[in-house]
Amino acid sequence: MSNTLTNGWTKPAAVAIPKEGYFKKEEGRYGPIFPQTPANYGFTIIAKVKPGREDAIREYGKTIEEAVKGSPNVLAPLKLHYLRWVLFDVGSGLHFMYQGIFDTDFDKYLEDAIALFNSTGVTTVFTNLEGWPDDWKTNIGAVTKYFREHQRPSFLEYGEYPYVSSEEIKKALTLKTAFSEMLDQMQ
Amino acid sequence: MLELEDVQHYLLTRPHATIAQYNFITFHTAEGGRQWVNALADIVGTAKTVMAASESDMRWVSLAFTFNGLRKLGVDEISLATFPEPFRQGMAARAQMLGDTGINNPDNWEDKITSEELHAVVILFARDGEERERCIKRHDEYLKDNPGVGVLSSLVLEAVPPLDYVHEHFGYRDRLTTPVIEGMGIEPTPGSHPPSKAGEFFLGYPDETGFIPDQPKPGILSKNGSFLAYRKMREHVGAFREFLKANGKTIEEQELVAAKLMGRWRKTGAPLVLCSDKDDRELGFDDKRNNNFDYEKMDPHGYACPVGSHIRRMNVRDKQVSRIMNRRLIIRRGGTYGPYLPEDVPDDGANRGIAVFAGCADLARQFEFLISVWANDPGFEELNEKDPFAGSIDGAFELTIPKRPIKRKVKGLNAFTTVTGGAYFFLPGIKALRYLASLK
Repeated sequence: MSNTLTNGWTKPAAVAIPKEGYFKKEEGRYGPIFPQTPANYGFTIIAKVKPGREDAIREYGKTIEEAVKGSPNVLAPLKLHYLRWVLFDVGSGLHFMYQGIFDTDFDKYLEDAIALFNSTGVTTVFTNLEGWPDDWKTNIGAVTKYFREHQRPSFLEYGEYPYVSSEEIKKALTLKTAFSEMLDQMQ
Repeated sequence: MLELEDVQHYLLTRPHATIAQYNFITFHTAEGGRQWVNALADIVGTAKTVMAASESDMRWVSLAFTFNGLRKLGVDEISLATFPEPFRQGMAARAQMLGDTGINNPDNWEDKITSEELHAVVILFARDGEERERCIKRHDEYLKDNPGVGVLSSLVLEAVPPLDYVHEHFGYRDRLTTPVIEGMGIEPTPGSHPPSKAGEFFLGYPDETGFIPDQPKPGILSKNGSFLAYRKMREHVGAFREFLKANGKTIEEQELVAAKLMGRWRKTGAPLVLCSDKDDRELGFDDKRNNNFDYEKMDPHGYACPVGSHIRRMNVRDKQVSRIMNRRLIIRRGGTYGPYLPEDVPDDGANRGIAVFAGCADLARQFEFLISVWANDPGFEELNEKDPFAGSIDGAFELTIPKRPIKRKVKGLNAFTTVTGGAYFFLPGIKALRYLASLK
């Protein structure tokens, strides 16, 4: 909220990011923290898919769809805006990209993320990726390391309504609904 | 099932003690250190003996070691590298991330707690002051014969008078909630968190994931051990009382402000969610009722218990919420140090506060998360505040109190707590103590 207040959400903003992914090295619990930008916090995980696993990954899309339908708030602890899963091949084999935009730095809720990814089946998709630790169920350290090693920081990020959190958006929309209802009641 | 005869009692049970002392120890020589461990291992209270103890038992000892201490005792570098990074680095090295900045920064910490020469802590509980004196005298005499070991600093912890219940210097009733471990035969009180898997607090057991996480090596050293995060916080009682007076015109209003900071009424511990306007002593002292509440259904907006209050930050009681609790629990041990400041007496500037150990299996996931995110992250629930008590507040303190029609903000000129010490320790099992004593 402080960033919204200081910088103002009404003025679109872009920020170019140094190669290492941060302006000033600030240690989190598991390594340097990637900063908040006008497009909030986020990650972009890119990894190579094991040969012959494309169908397994695509099927998993359906699994996640069902999991979220079954309990819509399942990912709430991660303070998310959007998640995107992409498969692509630019000539060097099939790659998987997992991109998220959220309101808190990933370091903070990393264990929750891993726990939720495990319980909803998100993690199972990673078993189709090269380099994913075999002992991922018991070795959170190795999973953390994998996420950090495969994270590719942005070099530029843009926000049309910079720094606004999903909580603020939801509150604003709730308020809008409440106002419409109030106006209806005034008729 | 926990091996109670091999677990130090410290995290599992509270002895019948009114007084404690922490001696922070340095090993001048490895051999001296190992002899010291060997000499004390016999009187370390195991969970089994302390749980069976009667009120006539006099004293109990616990031993824990820093990373430098394990190295000094002769644990080899390959094993040392298998210990988790926070423990290897120590708490002071992680101050920036924890939020221990400004006046709270480790350069200002007391008791030589950040010394590279800090190797161990011995925690002594005694039934009374006389017994404490006798034990400390005996320990001092032992040290005369073992020049390889020295005391860097000591801290005496005593129950604070004059109230007839456990409380800290601000007067808040303490010890109202503690995690319960599965298989120990203890039923959580109504509304309390369900029993935790032993692996959340003791190494070598399945944790809430259902698996046994990878542990430091060798197994004999880590099995039945726990990590301890030590935290010393000075309490500025004068500033706290001034804060209450500045934010409440009458005694009743001041008590309400004090309760809003904590989430419970100060003198009884009665939860605001169950009695938001007036303290209820009977409720506060009724274990069947004093934890039997949630937030999502009973107080979603925090009109009774502010979202930023201490208990609401540190203990999620809801099932559908956006915070996961079962992997963030700690077992808190410790007490108060320094003299009691009587009511209506101006602050004498004496050093007083709390000195506690947080026990857990994973410092980063449990202790560091609680401090860096739920206590110190200004982004927590978009409040732009820190925890009134566990937060590292540098300068002005603020708390938002939800209120109709418009929320109220209480402010203080100065923080009323300062972090003045901290360190990470490993609390080994009994066999592990013998193993450490036998190293070459």
